[in-house]
Amino acid sequence: MNESTLPSEDTNQKPHGSLSTRRRYLNRIWSLLTLLAIVEISWLGGSIVKSRKKRDSSREKDTVITAGEAETFSRNSVTAIREGQFYLTRQQDGSFIALSRSCTHLGCSLPWDEKTAKFICPCHGSSFNIAGEVLSPPATRGLDSYPIRIENGIILVNIAKPEKRLSNTKPKSVKM
Amino acid sequence: MFFQGFILHLHPRKVAAETIRFSLSFGLGGISASLVLLLFLSGILQLLSYNPDVAFAYDSVKTMYRDNSLSGWVRNIHFWSGNLLVIVTMLHCCRVFFTGAIDPRRGKNWYIGLLLLGLVFFANFSGYLLPWDQLAYWAVTIFTSMLGYLPFWGENIVQLFRGGSEVGQTTLSVFYGIHIGVLPFLFTILLVYHFWLVRKAGGLVRRKVNGHNAGDFVPVIPNLLVREAAVGLAVISSVLVFSAMVDAPLDDIANPSMSPNPAKAAWFFLGFQELLMHLHPTYVIFVLPSIFFITLVTLPFWPGAVSAPGYWFDGKGGGKVVLLSCFTGIVTTFSFILIDDTIQRSSETVTDWLSRGLLPLLGLLFVTIVCYFLLTRTLKLSRARTVMAFFTFIITTLVCLTFTGIWLRGPGMELTVLF
Repeated sequence: MNESTLPSEDTNQKPHGSLSTRRRYLNRIWSLLTLLAIVEISWLGGSIVKSRKKRDSSREKDTVITAGEAETFSRNSVTAIREGQFYLTRQQDGSFIALSRSCTHLGCSLPWDEKTAKFICPCHGSSFNIAGEVLSPPATRGLDSYPIRIENGIILVNIAKPEKRLSNTKPKSVKM
Repeated sequence: MFFQGFILHLHPRKVAAETIRFSLSFGLGGISASLVLLLFLSGILQLLSYNPDVAFAYDSVKTMYRDNSLSGWVRNIHFWSGNLLVIVTMLHCCRVFFTGAIDPRRGKNWYIGLLLLGLVFFANFSGYLLPWDQLAYWAVTIFTSMLGYLPFWGENIVQLFRGGSEVGQTTLSVFYGIHIGVLPFLFTILLVYHFWLVRKAGGLVRRKVNGHNAGDFVPVIPNLLVREAAVGLAVISSVLVFSAMVDAPLDDIANPSMSPNPAKAAWFFLGFQELLMHLHPTYVIFVLPSIFFITLVTLPFWPGAVSAPGYWFDGKGGGKVVLLSCFTGIVTTFSFILIDDTIQRSSETVTDWLSRGLLPLLGLLFVTIVCYFLLTRTLKLSRARTVMAFFTFIITTLVCLTFTGIWLRGPGMELTVLF
């Protein structure tokens, strides 16, 4: 580039026709390259996150906790299973539900209140009954539950696969 | 001289005399910049003693305070600067709005500023988890659960941050990475861009006389430089002294099986938490913030919506509008909280999206439209002043909600007075 064209670049004069097309063309290439770089980086980030997810899910494959003998739990009782961090509840009809201890509103851990027979959230006052159904807001859906299997009278709970309730319905309970 | 050259690289040689008066900007941008500098320095120093492993994180923070160690002081500096930065950047944002410094020419910098404000919240919040105490653990549990209410991608975003069904080692690693890697990188780039755009717009906002900027220019060295140095050094020294006297809070070590009662999010998110007690989560987390954000972003391009540049509150008479709007905001917010709290206590109904989401939103839109016409037609306010009244109202509401969340919610989130 010779020196005579330089001043016209500094001041905002209109460049010649040929120069302007060339500059526009180069600018387009630059923005295309930037776009490409953004796509590549997001793809890279996405694939790393995906591999992390795979690693985590393989680690959590079917973690089965032995909760104890079915006969030892009385009806209408709630037992905290420390090892699996969930509650094993036995309903009125004698069936079992394994309930997550996390409140569905914002994830606080729920204590079981023996006196009122409710789970009452210490954070925002949501409460749930023994089947995990919402009794009072702000929670909008019932507690998550874990699949239960009863083999030879022994209760096995798979804590790797929490089951979500989309609305406030009763979860599947397992009878002996 | 290298130093002088660098100063004049950031600043023009001369600035308009009217823009260096303290009562225009209150040095809020400069204070923020000084705090960011302090945060970088104290943050780097903390890397020497902090250990991002759930087994050691809490102890590594706790030992900072053993034997009158100086590292406790460094943590205090980081903590207090970070919290102060949230307040100062909020005020800075309000200052820019109320002095009419968002004309289309400054529009781009308004976006960058909003983005930076978001980053400040995010930085503060990601740092909140690192001490791994009860406060940190449950604040982060609550916040990541809030993200779960975002439509479509909610669950994935929670997974991205949490890396599991509960807050754990992966969460700590992710937050640590974001806090010390991603955010400083973004901050550096965006802050440089922010400063450059201020310079590109010709310094701070100026008044217009007969449609033109007028007034004298003074050299930056020493006029602006001494002012910036005075503000910066005053802020840094006050934070250092304050940090030597008041320790940053540190609760018991995180216990995933026991939520403290009440469990609260970080203080600057308590406004959201308060709203969550009244409205459906999807509306609180997604719909209302989106509407607010889109309004702020498009603001520079609404014709006649920006108040007179260089004057506080659009000049004479504008202050009265702001004051009245502020008062209305306080009264409305607290009465709504009280009324809704009574309603909720008397009836046990499940929060559904219609009665606690769509209907209140439609009601809000209706009231907004009615108020707009009332203010512009009946009271004959200009559009800029009407927008100013709405902005003041929303900010006041947010402040009142945050206030309620911090000081008026006791055990079980019952309304009480905690001070």
